[in-house]
Amino acid sequence: MKKALAVVFVLVLALALAACGNDANKKSEGVMTYAEYDAAALDTQVTIEAYVQAKQSWWDDKATVYAQDPDGAYFLYNMKCSEADYAKLTPGTKIKVTGYKSEWSGEVEIIDATFEIESGTWKAAAKDVTSLLGKEELVKSQNQFVCFKGMTVAASKDADGNDAAFLYNWDGSGQEGNDLYFNVTLNGETYTFTVESYLCDSSTDVYKAVKELKIGDVIDLEGFLYWYNGVNPHITSVKAAK
Amino acid sequence: MSGLKRRLAPVLLLAALLLPMLASCHGARALEAFEIPETFDTSRTYEITFWAKNDTNKHQTRVYEQAIAEFEALYPNVTVHLRLYMDYGRIYNDVITNIATQTTPNVCITYPDHIATYKTGTNVVVPLDGLFDDEKYGLGGSEVRFASPTRSEIVPQFLDECVIGEEHWAIPFMRSTEACYVNKTYVEALGYTLPDVLTWDFVWEVSEAAMAQDEEGTFLVNGQKVMIPFIYKSTDNMMIQRLRQSGSGYSTADGEILLFGDDTKEFLYTVAEHAATRSFSTFKISSYPGNFLNAGQCLFAVDSTAGASWMGSDAPLTDISPENIVPFETAVRMIPQLDPEHPQMISQGPSVCIFNKRDPQTVLASWLFAQYLLTDAVQIAYAETEGYVPVTTRARETEEYKDYLARAGEDDTDHYAVKILASELLLAHTADTFVTPVFNGSASLRDAAGQLIEKVTNSVRRRETVDDAYMEKLFTDVAALYRLRVGNQGGSATASEKEELGPLPVPAVVLLSVLGVTWIVIASYAAREFVKKRRKSASVS
Repeated sequence: MKKALAVVFVLVLALALAACGNDANKKSEGVMTYAEYDAAALDTQVTIEAYVQAKQSWWDDKATVYAQDPDGAYFLYNMKCSEADYAKLTPGTKIKVTGYKSEWSGEVEIIDATFEIESGTWKAAAKDVTSLLGKEELVKSQNQFVCFKGMTVAASKDADGNDAAFLYNWDGSGQEGNDLYFNVTLNGETYTFTVESYLCDSSTDVYKAVKELKIGDVIDLEGFLYWYNGVNPHITSVKAAK
Repeated sequence: MSGLKRRLAPVLLLAALLLPMLASCHGARALEAFEIPETFDTSRTYEITFWAKNDTNKHQTRVYEQAIAEFEALYPNVTVHLRLYMDYGRIYNDVITNIATQTTPNVCITYPDHIATYKTGTNVVVPLDGLFDDEKYGLGGSEVRFASPTRSEIVPQFLDECVIGEEHWAIPFMRSTEACYVNKTYVEALGYTLPDVLTWDFVWEVSEAAMAQDEEGTFLVNGQKVMIPFIYKSTDNMMIQRLRQSGSGYSTADGEILLFGDDTKEFLYTVAEHAATRSFSTFKISSYPGNFLNAGQCLFAVDSTAGASWMGSDAPLTDISPENIVPFETAVRMIPQLDPEHPQMISQGPSVCIFNKRDPQTVLASWLFAQYLLTDAVQIAYAETEGYVPVTTRARETEEYKDYLARAGEDDTDHYAVKILASELLLAHTADTFVTPVFNGSASLRDAAGQLIEKVTNSVRRRETVDDAYMEKLFTDVAALYRLRVGNQGGSATASEKEELGPLPVPAVVLLSVLGVTWIVIASYAAREFVKKRRKSASVS
């Protein structure tokens, strides 16, 4: 009896693993691969399958979401979504999205989209793009969950012209709760990173961590490779460099 | 303006959905109507909150902070807490959310359209006529501790914009309009002479001419791969102004909606024609007009005069890398017109309203602070941050302000020529400005007007067929989206937050049925008991 139970238990486990162990690369019928999506012209309808990596905002039955598959990432802007469904879009959730490929200030995105939740989960590991900073090929990683290693915090000029490690809003015109902007340098080049307050509000660890930064700190960062007239990463984690 | 912040999700619809919350506030918990105290009790301390909007502009933040500091010095018993927003929609949404809990701000930057919604709650917003005229604490009042402007020193047209129904519910704070920022260099390179007053026909024609490309897809006019000759930032304004210029209806003062008419359709066909060639686009679809203008990728960029500091090769504010900025001569013109002899343009800009509280003294403190925002120093300082104009004749007539205007072009910062030209455009054409009627639902109607242009432009870009059937469906869909009740004739409609409810949902029918059956059972039982009792008493007797 014990042996029979053990066999049943192993079979159940094996079945469960088979069910969970989905192939994140596999696409359903009629769904584009990332390469096909990448090649699609702007303003054409696209259907993709991807896994939610982060939620940026929900307003008025519209959600803005970072999603990714093993080959590339998608920014889903103002996707039709009920508040109840938004709650279900936890990181890793697989979704099938149909919308229109669009571009806004260099950011390639899917707009006017609808989605359905599918079975399967997958989370992207942060891709190290430190060495790609300043290079044209960085754009190929647009919207992906990425990391930057060993960046040095550089001074920004606040509203009064003083050096500051970070600013509320791009020019220091904001206050607690607004976006945070900070400069980091690598190999003599300066880059501006953002803590987007809709993606990570003032209660998050990253928001608090950036407020504690000092000029000269050497840090590792994670975030999503957003684009606005050039690279403008939306940072989700800041830690002292290892 | 921009400043690296992504376009914001529309929030007005959400606010409209929250309207029932306001209606539900009518009742026992409603505030008493505000009555002006005889005297301002300076033995007490007051904490007031001021929700303000800045255009992601540090100079504006500084003006607010300075105004607060100066006011607190004059009234040491009043502390003002500033909360900054970057867009009006968020303020509107937060106010509505806070009305239900009676945690509105004390003083708030807003638009009259929004106040019309706030007013649907009982005694939520303070009517200001009594305060304007109060001898001691009113405009120019004897007990006011600063040089407050009198009522007649506020530009009458701007003050009138704050009337809803029969009363003033706000004071104007700043005013702007829209301007067309033109790459004059490219217009002339195409063989055209830039007129003093742009017409729609001229803008469309030059825009099409700018689309000429060589065999490799490079635009001849700028030698680049990107060119969107005509970009409009606020498509709701675009539609509203075009309808006004043609004498067509948009809405009546009492909320009858005239938007969905033949003139609107005709204009949308024109928009579709130029969206199809990609000579026209919008902010929502492409990005900030100023970014394309400054990169030499746009000839006609229509945006607020309050965004003038972002416009032109030498603009002090910019979102794009310096290496992408192309040198050209920037001209500032009125928005395109139908009749150049009788130009018409919208008047816009922030107003200030005061929210009612249980303590009238706190409301009075709020009013005093709001009034302080009309003083010359605040008016001039804020107006100079962008292409705004002061709302008081008194500030406009100061030597300080005249000197500021006279120094246009002296530098590319405080006296940036494009910014001052934009202000002067409004100063010269204040009489040619108009506002749309304000009523409960007018904010939704405004969104709908813009949505028509956005939808048509997107549809054409996606190669959908735009014909009469499309237009009919578009009107129906947009009216439904913004809860505008469309009538049967002439495209008229009524803004209504109450839709037809339709048939009851199944759960409600079941619940009501169960309740009905329960009452029947109870009644039957009571009747049976009554009969039994009667029989019993009859048998006893």
